[in-house]
Amino acid sequence: MKTYLPPKFVVERDEERCIKCKVCTNQCTFDVQYYDADDDCVRSRSENCVGCHRCVTFCPTRAITVRKNPLQFRDNYNWSPEVIEDILKQAETGGVLLTGMGNDKDYPIYWDHLLLNASQVTNPSIDPLREPMELITYLGRKPDAVDIDPQLGRVRTPMAPQVRLDVPVMFSAMSYGAVSLHVQESLARAATEMGTLWNTGEGGLHPSLYKYGRNTIVQVASGRFGVEASYLHAGRVVEIKIGQGAKPGIGGHLPGEKVSAEVSMTRMIPKGTDALSPAPQHDIYSIEDLSQLIWALKEATNYTKPVSVKIAAVHNSAAIASGMVRAGADIIALDGVRGATGAAPKVIRDNVGIPIELALASVDSRLRQEGIRNRASIVIAGGIRNAGDVTKAIALGADAVYIGTAALVSLGCRVCQQCHTGKCAWGICTSDLALTKRINPDIGARRAANLLRGWSLEIKDILGGLGVNAIESLRGNRLHLRGVGLTDTELEILGVSMAGS
Amino acid sequence: MAKKVTAQTDNHVARLDATGVYYRDLNAQIKKLAADSAHRIELSNVCGQRYIGTDIESTVEIDITGTPGNDLGAFMNGPRIIVHGNAQDCCGNTMNEGEIIIHGHAGDIMGMAARGGKIFVRDDVGYRAGNHMKEYKEKKPVLVIGGTAQDFLGEYMAGGVLVLLGLDLEPGENHKANFIGTGMHGGVIYLRGTVEDYQLGKEVGTAELDDKDKAILKELVNQFSSYFGKDSAKILNHKFIKLYPRYLRPYGRLYAY
Repeated sequence: MKTYLPPKFVVERDEERCIKCKVCTNQCTFDVQYYDADDDCVRSRSENCVGCHRCVTFCPTRAITVRKNPLQFRDNYNWSPEVIEDILKQAETGGVLLTGMGNDKDYPIYWDHLLLNASQVTNPSIDPLREPMELITYLGRKPDAVDIDPQLGRVRTPMAPQVRLDVPVMFSAMSYGAVSLHVQESLARAATEMGTLWNTGEGGLHPSLYKYGRNTIVQVASGRFGVEASYLHAGRVVEIKIGQGAKPGIGGHLPGEKVSAEVSMTRMIPKGTDALSPAPQHDIYSIEDLSQLIWALKEATNYTKPVSVKIAAVHNSAAIASGMVRAGADIIALDGVRGATGAAPKVIRDNVGIPIELALASVDSRLRQEGIRNRASIVIAGGIRNAGDVTKAIALGADAVYIGTAALVSLGCRVCQQCHTGKCAWGICTSDLALTKRINPDIGARRAANLLRGWSLEIKDILGGLGVNAIESLRGNRLHLRGVGLTDTELEILGVSMAGS
Repeated sequence: MAKKVTAQTDNHVARLDATGVYYRDLNAQIKKLAADSAHRIELSNVCGQRYIGTDIESTVEIDITGTPGNDLGAFMNGPRIIVHGNAQDCCGNTMNEGEIIIHGHAGDIMGMAARGGKIFVRDDVGYRAGNHMKEYKEKKPVLVIGGTAQDFLGEYMAGGVLVLLGLDLEPGENHKANFIGTGMHGGVIYLRGTVEDYQLGKEVGTAELDDKDKAILKELVNQFSSYFGKDSAKILNHKFIKLYPRYLRPYGRLYAY
């Protein structure tokens, strides 16, 4: 069927600069750049371009640029180009629209309406370059009270398993199959170097990554792919995945094309078969059932590891979180409406869930009101972009954050939202072995670790400015936040005052 | 205050009275006994204790009298469990290896997401038995159910063998389950007796058993019969049908791009 879709981008080549080296034709995975032997020149099929900038970045003479197609539709606030194009796609295929990455719509980003405080005159700020500044965070259940033996100076209270993070930023769950093994290795090594954790996602743990187990969160999701005794024992934390921000309430389908020999080995399913993750976990229909699986996993790991439960941020997250804590979750992971994905129905990604800032504030408040905030750590995910977002999240009540998209951007991702196609030109979200080589784990680990180092330095700068020398002092301290451009209701839910008050 | 548990051990056979013992204490004791080279552990008066058989890396035989709680053999990787009584929900949840033999009924989602091992149930099972079972290389989970099952039997099944014998049905009586094998995309179900088409998931096809199927079935029914004192020849001398996934990729044409 002839496509009625107009090209999204226009690829322009400066013929004076082009040396016909064909790097762009080799780098492009979307069949845009090609060499025309008859005319001895390199040409572009602009209609296929997704705007990933792979060719732009690798062109040695900087001959290429990619612009938005200036083609204009008649202005219509209701019938935007995106709406029209989506209908055209469905008219051509009769299917569910798929997409990758997180919600790209203009819902409010509350981080951009929150501002941090700093010390002036009445209390001194601290210079983190010369004074010790503590970012260490311990994830896990904390006791209601601590009993100390005064003679020995030791804690008598039995402690639940704790996990130390040197920086309160972890890598979000991204399964092998969704991302490549080189991406997972890059993140595993960066996490190990920086003293934090990475997360396997629901696709099992490749044998070559078992050695990073001390810095690994192993996930148990509805498909139970690759979940067995050695896998559970290998990780530092076991995470039950109930939902994810990009697709709350629905399951996942990893198409058979992506289940290569290696993915098959890791997921423990036959090569080439679809990996279907049911929407619910069929052993969890209630908080009581969740409790049963939490304690099954604790029993399976002999009570040596914290169990995390990850949910998508939805309308009643606060009540659910209370139930999760009472069910025995040591860590609550909340994934907001901007949480990303390797593939999700667009209609779900763009319309389901709530902003993470509101979910975090309401969950933290609720657990405090109920006097059970100490019993679980809160980790949030979903669109965290920089050290400012991290610091605001911690002031709002998070113990740590997960980053997924930001981590992938550090490896080269341009957020072109083509993850679901498996053609990622940056070699990130693909299982095509020719493409996965584009990520060198030596370089990838360096880049991801560099990002965390940069953010750590920035968080320390902010803490110093606030006049505190430990991130513990900022955690849940909403007095350090002020809101701008927010309604009274928004301020009330966020638990912060208006700037100026 | 929960009772502490002590074991009587005699020539690698340990005996425990589980009356009033908290499940964590009971399981800690079982793990210790298994690690201390017990070959067989006999538990009496079990009443609702969960997770028996979890986190044990040996082929120890655990003989249970009473009613074990939910998640019996969850994530199990080796042991052999014999239950003289009924099992509850989630028996064999995400099991990897081992065997569970139940002289009675079992509850819902028996064998959910199992990747290996065998479960034999003398009587009936609840809803969603064999949900999302899968196989990998030499690992192939097997469920054999002597009685009948409730709805969503073999839902999302991706591998393994599920046998439903219907021995407690009256002559001419059908299995009651609906949505059998819905979402099935691997493995096989052998069903003794007949079911109406409307009882099957739309992804399921029916066929006669070929010689290979018959050989697999015979071996499993023989094993079942030896455990529960049944007449294997009599069971096999009856009409069986084979349920198989019509599509290996049931949701392959769901998406635009």
